[in-house]
Amino acid sequence: MEKRITTPLTLEQVKDLKCGDSVLISGVIYTARDAAHKRLCELIAQGKELPFEVKDSVIYYVGPAPAKGSQVIGSAGPTTSYRMDAYSPALIALGQRGMIGKGKRSPEVVEAMKQHGAVYFGAIGGAGALLSRCIKKAEVIAYEDLGAEALRRLEVEDLPAFVIIDCEGNNLYETGRKEYLESVGQVK
Amino acid sequence: MREIDAKDITEQVKRLCMEANSYLPEDIKERICRSEQEEPWELAKNILGIIRENYQIAEENYVPVCQDTGMACVFLEIGQDVHINGNLEEAVNEGVRQGYTEGCLRKSVVRDPLDRVNTKDNTPALIYYDIVPGDGLKLTVAPKGFGSENMSQIKMLKPSDGIQGVKDFILKVVEDAGPNPCPPIVVGVGIGGTFDKAALLAKKALMRSTNVRNASPLYAALEEEMLQKINSLGIGPQGVGGRTTALAVNIEQMPTHIAGLPVAVNINCHVTRHKTVEL
Repeated sequence: MEKRITTPLTLEQVKDLKCGDSVLISGVIYTARDAAHKRLCELIAQGKELPFEVKDSVIYYVGPAPAKGSQVIGSAGPTTSYRMDAYSPALIALGQRGMIGKGKRSPEVVEAMKQHGAVYFGAIGGAGALLSRCIKKAEVIAYEDLGAEALRRLEVEDLPAFVIIDCEGNNLYETGRKEYLESVGQVK
Repeated sequence: MREIDAKDITEQVKRLCMEANSYLPEDIKERICRSEQEEPWELAKNILGIIRENYQIAEENYVPVCQDTGMACVFLEIGQDVHINGNLEEAVNEGVRQGYTEGCLRKSVVRDPLDRVNTKDNTPALIYYDIVPGDGLKLTVAPKGFGSENMSQIKMLKPSDGIQGVKDFILKVVEDAGPNPCPPIVVGVGIGGTFDKAALLAKKALMRSTNVRNASPLYAALEEEMLQKINSLGIGPQGVGGRTTALAVNIEQMPTHIAGLPVAVNINCHVTRHKTVEL
């Protein structure tokens, strides 16, 4: 059963999302990878305003391929999230509610998620051609010099993802694997 | 002496960059489909279905399977009776430049590992030259994504660690990687040689069709055994649990020093891309 969610993502919505849920995400989300995160955190450290409203926002870790022909955006699947671990707690403390990526997160990120109420979604890594079809509008709003790594505002419709880590710290990478191994009679 | 024009090499590299990024090799597609059919865990099966649908969309629309269109690894096997007219290295880089620009592929290369300024045309390519007998020229382009490259490891084992040490290390690398390299993965293993050669063997192992086992019965059995062991770890597609953690294990080996047992494990995601042409 898929849960449909629309951004901005409120704390109430976040509390309703449980590890293992399949979700379809719609609304405005922002893209940022390592280089953009570094700049955002420099702005936070200097007490300056950020290029978008962080409170209740969802950031998608993606560096899309260039649009081809009539495409809105090129292939756009998730990049590996751990590279953003150094930066995420500062953004979560400012009210960022959702992250879309793939792969493990650090204990510091999970702690910030529990403390402030945030959720980590996994999109399917390597499914960039399919995922790009859920992006209906894309514009660069900052750091154009970073090319694929620029900060973009995306409007998405029914972007498929899974709740990997919920705001209580439950982790699908641990529970899913354990349940599968138990189902085949192997105990980890 | 056969003459080959550098311009022809540029044209071929350009074409291979674009095609390799949109069309997965047949053996990889077959393995994704077979895994989807055989996967017992529901969420894992659904994910494999989406992965299949994704490469079909890429193929039908001639768009990249994955946004990480990689660093262009270019392997040249040049016959010793061939003469190239023009600058070979520049010809390859020009092919990459044109392929990545005209093909709307992502430019993912920075000019320096520390100052990190994007070169904006995905050059330079990583070029490997082998001189072989004859007057042919075999050209392979393998765009390598870094989500999986970052999860690769190398270890200088002791001879006393033996085959068990090799098995343990391969499993450790896959376990450490977990969900990060976009499983299901293809595991390339290089055993022997020197520190650098083991790594290159592991990369070359990823170029071999996953339907072809190592010619040595010992290593062919090791490939099968490690695939079975990796698919018993339970990591599953995208790390959400399930049987399909790896699609294949390919091993390459070569002579080494009496004191050493180098082992390199190069991980590739399910978007294992390579395309070859013979000129």
